[in-house]
Amino acid sequence: MKLSGAQILMEIFKEQQVDTVFGYPGGAVLNIYDEIYKSSDWLKHIITCHEQGASHAADGYARATGKTGVVLATSGPGATNLVTGIATAYLDSTPMVAITGNVACSLIGRDSFQEVDIKGITMPITKHNFMVKDVTRLADTLREAFSIATSDRPGPVLVDIPKDVQIATCAFTPAKGAQAPKVPALDAAMLAQAEKLIREAKRPFLYVGGGVQIAGAGDLLIKLAETIGAPIGASMMGLATVPHRHPLFLGMTGMHGRYAASIALDKSDLIIAVGTRFSDRATGNKQEFSKNHKVLHIDIDPAEISKNIPAYVALVADVKLALTALIDAELPHSAPEWLAEVQALKAAPDNHLSMDASILNPELVLRAANQRLPQDSPVATDVGQHQMWVAQYYHFQKPRTFITSGGLGTMGFGMGAAMGACIGSGLKKTLLITSDGSFHMNMNELATAVANRLPLIILVLNNSVLGMVRQWQTMFYDKRYSNTTMNRPTDYCLLAQAFGAKGLRLETLDKMDSVLDKAFSLPGPVVVDVRINRDEMVLPMIPPNGTIKEMILRG
Amino acid sequence: MENQRLIISLLVNNESGVLTRISGLFARRGFNIDSLSVGETENPRISRITIQAAGDEYVRSQIMHQLGKLHDVKKVALMDAAQTVLRELLLVKVHANPDTRGQVLDAVTVFRAKVIDLTPTTMTMELTGECTKLDAFITYLDPLGIIEVCRTGVTAIGRGDYVLKTNEEE
Repeated sequence: MKLSGAQILMEIFKEQQVDTVFGYPGGAVLNIYDEIYKSSDWLKHIITCHEQGASHAADGYARATGKTGVVLATSGPGATNLVTGIATAYLDSTPMVAITGNVACSLIGRDSFQEVDIKGITMPITKHNFMVKDVTRLADTLREAFSIATSDRPGPVLVDIPKDVQIATCAFTPAKGAQAPKVPALDAAMLAQAEKLIREAKRPFLYVGGGVQIAGAGDLLIKLAETIGAPIGASMMGLATVPHRHPLFLGMTGMHGRYAASIALDKSDLIIAVGTRFSDRATGNKQEFSKNHKVLHIDIDPAEISKNIPAYVALVADVKLALTALIDAELPHSAPEWLAEVQALKAAPDNHLSMDASILNPELVLRAANQRLPQDSPVATDVGQHQMWVAQYYHFQKPRTFITSGGLGTMGFGMGAAMGACIGSGLKKTLLITSDGSFHMNMNELATAVANRLPLIILVLNNSVLGMVRQWQTMFYDKRYSNTTMNRPTDYCLLAQAFGAKGLRLETLDKMDSVLDKAFSLPGPVVVDVRINRDEMVLPMIPPNGTIKEMILRG
Repeated sequence: MENQRLIISLLVNNESGVLTRISGLFARRGFNIDSLSVGETENPRISRITIQAAGDEYVRSQIMHQLGKLHDVKKVALMDAAQTVLRELLLVKVHANPDTRGQVLDAVTVFRAKVIDLTPTTMTMELTGECTKLDAFITYLDPLGIIEVCRTGVTAIGRGDYVLKTNEEE
């Protein structure tokens, strides 16, 4: 049968079991949107307010479900508006396929209306990208795009389809369906070395990155930790992979890591790093970080081995495969002294820092929200202090519930990501923790949330300043608050109302329970303006490029 | 760690944009390309690229692994100098009048270069060989007055059974 390029795209969506697409129409994708119109019985299209919101929504959808997020945009500005979303997905290894229209092949290279070289622009922020100039190559190229996005270390792939290719027709042969990504076998010699290293270790520490969640290997990781008697710490991307309540779990390590997690990591003699890339925010000073312990690095991406922290032994493998092999190796349990020491750290007062409980503060608000939200509901954040407070005070118990921009640190990520995660979770009540700074970046998407009646609770931790930058200005720039005091008179309640959402204000501690109860009882979307102190700090803090010895515990 | 010369051979898809991907990767990771040569192979769908770079063990490892991740790269190999023939082509134009031509021709004989163009005031030569030989030739010609130098960058092929195959072919 002969199909047009646009029809072939629909067929590939079906083959790849894509039932939700986020996007925004325009001149160069009219033919695709015409087919979407005819496909409404099986394909849901969410139109956002801005292509950036669509890209973050596709990302949030993918993070919450593990499926590939799909975003669609027109040529030129539609395509360039995706860039931040694609880069965010790239840095956090989210499987995403971005489809862009482009001007007809005959117009390419002539600076035509809404023409841009999106393939060139997105080269460094995609796993791979394509421009399809021949409709007979379209089906296989799209299949390859989905395969690349999900295989090995996942990531975004962009496919640029000129308008005439969407119109042109050719024979279409259906494929058998999505192929399972190939998994490279484990290197027996390296595995033996890894086992030896663990056997010799007296104080092993398991360090979990986002790769464990991507691999769906949280349970295996816990099994290994219990087998060898190792405490578990996580990078921010690794949070939610291991339930917070697990006795061996110490929390986040790194710049704003928890006391016990950071100290235990420092005192360990072997760091078993799984699915992580040792970001500078996670390690601080790399020379100091590497001292006094060996590193066993397990990751699917060979380029991550010894890129930031030298690995003593490395297993380049699917995390699931590697962890299963290590569990099967009958490795010895660490000495009881090590876990006793870890438990003492966990119980230490410095591991239980609290904010001033006499006033409304982020810690209390987050703990109260935590109590009200089901454990399997997604929690999205933007970027800044509020994000770190969520990482510190929200106790995640289920994988894929923490939706946050780690590597790129994208302010404005939250609104789109929360929508995508909410839709991906099957419309579970979804919490977005944001701040006045971040929320102002992409609050337009509130209109999308309202139009789709999404059960979103948006807590705007409002301190009227750019809190994280202000914190650095306080600590490292002699309190010269350059351009971080916002003085914006935005009325969040009126704003929410104007968008057709509900708005609530929370100003004092005595109202906290009643306002949050109200917010959680509404069908949503609801925006809560939570007034917090502008000088609230994120602590502990290890200064940039610093060491554990420089950890600041109190303001 | 000391910098070493790296000769990297790549088999890549013969498609537009591949060279951009590779040069872009070097640029954004902060690695230098000393020379690069590219051409189609016996299989018209595959091109072969030879890159000369310099770096320590860390740079070597990162270059190899990051290149290996590019979807269009079908093989990446660090060429073993002892088992590899390296060649580069040089075209060089110098000032040469009837009085000075003799000096230039001496060098042409010694270096086994070839004169490919001659005018009353200039002389143009081609020379192939290892980079060091080309460098020596240029050093000799320099005082005589070099007008233009074109170098192709090094290209490399393994000796005997040392054959590069794409990952699929292996």
